[in-house]
Amino acid sequence: MELKASNIKRLSNPTAYNLSVLGFIAFVILVVGSVYYATITVEYQWRWFKIPKYFMYQETIRLYAEEDGEIDTIKENGKKIDILIQQEDGLKTYTVPKGSFNWDEGDMTSHGDLIAEYSGSWRMGLMALGVLTTLKISVIATILGIFLGIIGGVARVSDTPVLKWSAITYVEIIRGSPLLVQIMIFYFVLGTTINKILAMNGLPTLDPEWYGIAALSIFTGAYVVEIVRAGIESIHPGQIEAARSSGMNPFQTMFHIILPQALKTILPPLAGQFINLIKDSSLLGMISIRELTKATREGITTSLQTFELWILCAILYLIMTFTLSMFVQWLERKGARR
Amino acid sequence: MIEVKNIYKTFYVPHEVKALVDVSNKIEVGEVVVVIGPSGSGKSTFLRCLNRLETADHGQILVDGVDIFDPKTNINTVRAEMGMVFQSFNLFPHLSILGNVTIAQKLVRKRSKKESEEKAMMLLEKVGIGDKAHAHPANLSGGQQQRVAIARALAMDPKIMLFDEPTSALDPEMIGEVLDVMKTLAQEGMTMVCVTHEMGFAREVGDRVIFMDEGMVVEEGTPEHFFKNPVNDRTKLFLKQIL
Repeated sequence: MELKASNIKRLSNPTAYNLSVLGFIAFVILVVGSVYYATITVEYQWRWFKIPKYFMYQETIRLYAEEDGEIDTIKENGKKIDILIQQEDGLKTYTVPKGSFNWDEGDMTSHGDLIAEYSGSWRMGLMALGVLTTLKISVIATILGIFLGIIGGVARVSDTPVLKWSAITYVEIIRGSPLLVQIMIFYFVLGTTINKILAMNGLPTLDPEWYGIAALSIFTGAYVVEIVRAGIESIHPGQIEAARSSGMNPFQTMFHIILPQALKTILPPLAGQFINLIKDSSLLGMISIRELTKATREGITTSLQTFELWILCAILYLIMTFTLSMFVQWLERKGARR
Repeated sequence: MIEVKNIYKTFYVPHEVKALVDVSNKIEVGEVVVVIGPSGSGKSTFLRCLNRLETADHGQILVDGVDIFDPKTNINTVRAEMGMVFQSFNLFPHLSILGNVTIAQKLVRKRSKKESEEKAMMLLEKVGIGDKAHAHPANLSGGQQQRVAIARALAMDPKIMLFDEPTSALDPEMIGEVLDVMKTLAQEGMTMVCVTHEMGFAREVGDRVIFMDEGMVVEEGTPEHFFKNPVNDRTKLFLKQIL
């Protein structure tokens, strides 16, 4: 406390300070409690216990008889059991775990009867798959966005009209229309065209995912261009003069002198941009990419657990964005220590 | 070595200023030229034209016979032969002292890491800060930073050194250490052009003094002539004000 001395009056009395902390906790509990109470009032059934299966579940395997027949033999086969069924076209063997069936030798089976039901392997649930898709899309789009942004930012500060004007056009066009519209254009206009051309030449077509990633990275890239430009312009002109007067060419000056210094100033706004990217990826559900938001919607269609799943969805986004923001803060501190 | 032929330069931003008006000069190998004059007299612009940090509106500058304003000239190779030291040091804050002195050697002279570091250490010892090689510029005093800047320029083995008011941003007690390094350089026979307000340095080290005012060379000559028997009235007035 002493270290952060300032002339602004703070709560110096420890009791008052602790009471204030309690006040905050009480406020949070009050808000959450009221929401919970309100949902009870409208008779919403909370079923949080059903949520874990959206992350991991053990699949259930059911074997059905394909034809009418008669159970011929039931015999042990190592740790499993073989059920041999005499059917019209001969003996058929089903290998199942112990205790997964309820048949005796001599029983008659008809077409469609359940022969055995047992647990298979563990699989990832809908929400986990959604998170993975969102992460994959965000990581690829972030890398491409940084790449585009740095190239665009360097072009933006160039004196050459072809570079400078191209960068300005790119930024203005992309920033001037909604991301959702751009995603639609990328998928339904560019995607259709490109996939048709690919198919006409006998090449495999591209998944919607790639058009989504392209739309996101180009959108983010446009904002990164402006961030990089501001970073470059924040470097004192004397740095450029010192570099150029020692014989470095503009390219060397940019990549060895200016950008390394600019990186420090652009890191916080850059982080904000990539947090936005993670959140914006939720729009990709519109072109049938099953990222987190779309996965949530699908989960709700089948389970009707609207409240749980949407809250869960928000929390998962929060975890992703918060982790990124912590990571960038760590990078900043690491940079500041030098 | 350098031939300046009738150069003109006018700045229009923030308002019209005639920085250089028909300036001509010839700098010989091994000469120490000191450029003095009141602020706004165009002396810095003159210096910055010599390595094309500023482009003249008219006129020609020949460095070893190469016209540096010719678009076909590769200015980077010309600049590599000319060291420059700035008033505000302009060290690269993201690099260590050693990194500052080696980076241009590696990138422009294509020297190996080992070779450039040996050269850098030799020069840092020479300017008296060998022990700070791994520090960062922010941790050095102004005088130390300026000496690093001189070492950085020397690392390229320049044929000429340009000094743009190298001591103006320094605390008085640090001016001496930088001037000492410059004097040593002059004694070793380095060709130098110095824009400075240090009259002691001009008198002691300079082979020739150029006095500029309002973008023109008003008077030039040996230091003895210049300080003892100035001819021009403006020179007399300037000397009276500062001495």
